[in-house]
Amino acid sequence: IITEKQYVGFATLPNQVHRKSVKKGFDFTLMVAGESGMGKSTLVNSLFLTDLYKDRKLLNAEERINQTVEIIKHTVDIEEKGVKLKLTIVDTPGFGDAVNNNECWKPITDYIDQQFEQYFRDESGLNRKNIQDNRVHCCLYFIPPFGHGLRPVDVEFMKALHEKVNIIPLIAKADCLTPNEIKKLKDRIREEIDRFGIKVYQFPECDSDEDEEFKQLDKELKARGQRVRGRLYPWGIVEVENQSHCDFVKLRNMLIRSHMHDLKDVTCDVHYENYRAQCIQEMTSKLAQDNRMESPIPILPLSTPDVDTEKLIKMKDEELKRMQEMLNKMQQQMHDKDQ
Amino acid sequence: MASSDVARQPDKGVRPLNLAGHVGFDSLPDQLVNKSIYQGFCFNILCIGETGIGKSTLMDTLFNTNFENFESSHFEPQVKLRAQTYDLQESNVRLRLTVVNTVGFGDQMNKQESYQPVVDYIDRQFESYLQEELKIKRSLHNYHDSRVHACLYFISPSGHSLKSLDLVTMKKLDSKVNIIPVIAKADTISKSELHKFKIKIMSELVSNGVQIYQFPLDDETVAKVNTTMNGHLPFAVVGSTEEVSVGNKMVKARQYPWGVVQVENENHCDFVKLREMLICVNMEDLREQTHTRHYELYRRCKLEEMGFKDTDPECKPVSLQQTYEAKRQEFLLELQRREDEMRQMFVQRVKEKEAELKDAERELQSRFEQLKRLHADEKAQLEEKKRLLDEDQSSFSKRRAAAQLLQAQSLTANGKKDKDRKNSGFM
Repeated sequence: IITEKQYVGFATLPNQVHRKSVKKGFDFTLMVAGESGMGKSTLVNSLFLTDLYKDRKLLNAEERINQTVEIIKHTVDIEEKGVKLKLTIVDTPGFGDAVNNNECWKPITDYIDQQFEQYFRDESGLNRKNIQDNRVHCCLYFIPPFGHGLRPVDVEFMKALHEKVNIIPLIAKADCLTPNEIKKLKDRIREEIDRFGIKVYQFPECDSDEDEEFKQLDKELKARGQRVRGRLYPWGIVEVENQSHCDFVKLRNMLIRSHMHDLKDVTCDVHYENYRAQCIQEMTSKLAQDNRMESPIPILPLSTPDVDTEKLIKMKDEELKRMQEMLNKMQQQMHDKDQ
Repeated sequence: MASSDVARQPDKGVRPLNLAGHVGFDSLPDQLVNKSIYQGFCFNILCIGETGIGKSTLMDTLFNTNFENFESSHFEPQVKLRAQTYDLQESNVRLRLTVVNTVGFGDQMNKQESYQPVVDYIDRQFESYLQEELKIKRSLHNYHDSRVHACLYFISPSGHSLKSLDLVTMKKLDSKVNIIPVIAKADTISKSELHKFKIKIMSELVSNGVQIYQFPLDDETVAKVNTTMNGHLPFAVVGSTEEVSVGNKMVKARQYPWGVVQVENENHCDFVKLREMLICVNMEDLREQTHTRHYELYRRCKLEEMGFKDTDPECKPVSLQQTYEAKRQEFLLELQRREDEMRQMFVQRVKEKEAELKDAERELQSRFEQLKRLHADEKAQLEEKKRLLDEDQSSFSKRRAAAQLLQAQSLTANGKKDKDRKNSGFM
């Protein structure tokens, strides 16, 4: 007798998920940080093959002496093969540009915290139909290729942000480094990241190449008979998408094609949850001090009982123990009597 | 030593003469040159730039040698300067070259004071020279001139504009040293970007009033090439000490997967222009400008600070000696005044201390008297008590004596009675 495998049909679930997600659309918030002139805007344009920065005004050196860090958001809707993506790029002009850069990351950490706080409130609200997720899912940090490794401003920035957002460090403008120099610099930066205890985003199932280089793109050029994006020099053409020239392709694949969703997941499951737990702890410690203050958000009551309740519980426990012993004695007596 | 490069104007009252034959003083420049070669030359370059921007490599490339370099850390707490002196020789010309590099420039979080160590270094060299000049017994011809003749400022190739730190630093230095800005690691900027970048940099320097070194145009033999070069500023340089074979030659270059950047190819970068201008054509002018312009400015400011003037309050020219004497008198008077003041203060303090001690003495004395009185009182009391006790004792002993007597009497009376009874019983 052959028993046919019964057909249930839930193998179609992945397709259903796919269909629904296409209908819903996606959103992604990417932050770029680094000094002026590192090529952040050009990289973003290369990655998303669009021009987000038309008509922007760059400051002079004089204006930048005392400049404070601003946060500027550009949001665009892009679509590819029916899949819609609401992409938000968070720019941080002025970072590291002033003469005195003490705590220049503060506006940035404040911004990230604000997005977390907003989401926290929305999530705890009564009407949760249209929550907008403005949390920063990834931060590309641009390290200049001109030095020997990380600088104090790089270390302090990454340490201030590594527990709030996924940091992907990049070596900017890598077309001024020969392959040997690139290897040396990557090794040095990786070692320094380890030594300073900086937690950067780990690409799952890949433990090499945490740092990616990239090149700016200038205009489309003809090379070997095909049009390629690259930079034209008197001594040759640097092709952006040539893997032996730079790591741009690796970055694009990792960031967009394979790990975009994982970046969002880590932001939700790790960074946001850390923020939320910390927030709640602070709130309840304040509540415990002041009984009249009502909780602004619905949260489960504290699981740790207060001192009086504990005493009561202890008393009752002891009473129970005594009664149990008495019971045992009586049983023993009866047993003896029977015998 | 302050010779002027400007052609001498004909003096009034001095008439020009025609020569009847060849005298031979046209050999004077040669004599000067021979002496200079015999003495040897000295040149001091200061390189300012961020850590890792390529200062040491460029120096190695320029002078075709390998200076002892070591990589600096990015975590220096303050900017420092490191100076190294080398003796070089090319054909029969000896050059004593001092290369000064900044260490840790641009690495700190707060760079407001970053320019200060550089300014201090330059001033120290000027000060040394000034001290030597003011000595009574001086040997200027033997003096090793350590004043900075040229300052190469390395601009980071961002492609946009100068950094705020660059502007602030160059403004502090432009009146103290000949600044020659260079764009470092220029193989990361494409030709069109470079053109825009250079224009932006020069316009920022001009609009902020920063005076960089201009190659001199007064000497016709080099005016033309200097004019052209002035238009190429700042020079975009690439440095390399490694050699790559191009064609059938070994050239200094950087090898990339997409091509080879040749350091001495004028199409690739401005290195050759920099070498030409800095070393081949204008080295002597740089030294002269340092001495006649920057050093003189320092000297004048320093002496004015010290109180020297060229003219006294009545606008009559005053010699250094007069000023010196006047200053000396002033100084001695000041010392005297200070001494008097201190003496007065000392006397005052002594008086105060004496008064204090006297007060303390008086207090002690009164305390002593008080205690003495108390003691006397107590003693009197005790004496009184003793007297009473003695009285008691004596009255008690009297009564005891009386009682004993009484007892003794009664005993003898009883004894007589007994005796009588005994006697009577016996009979």
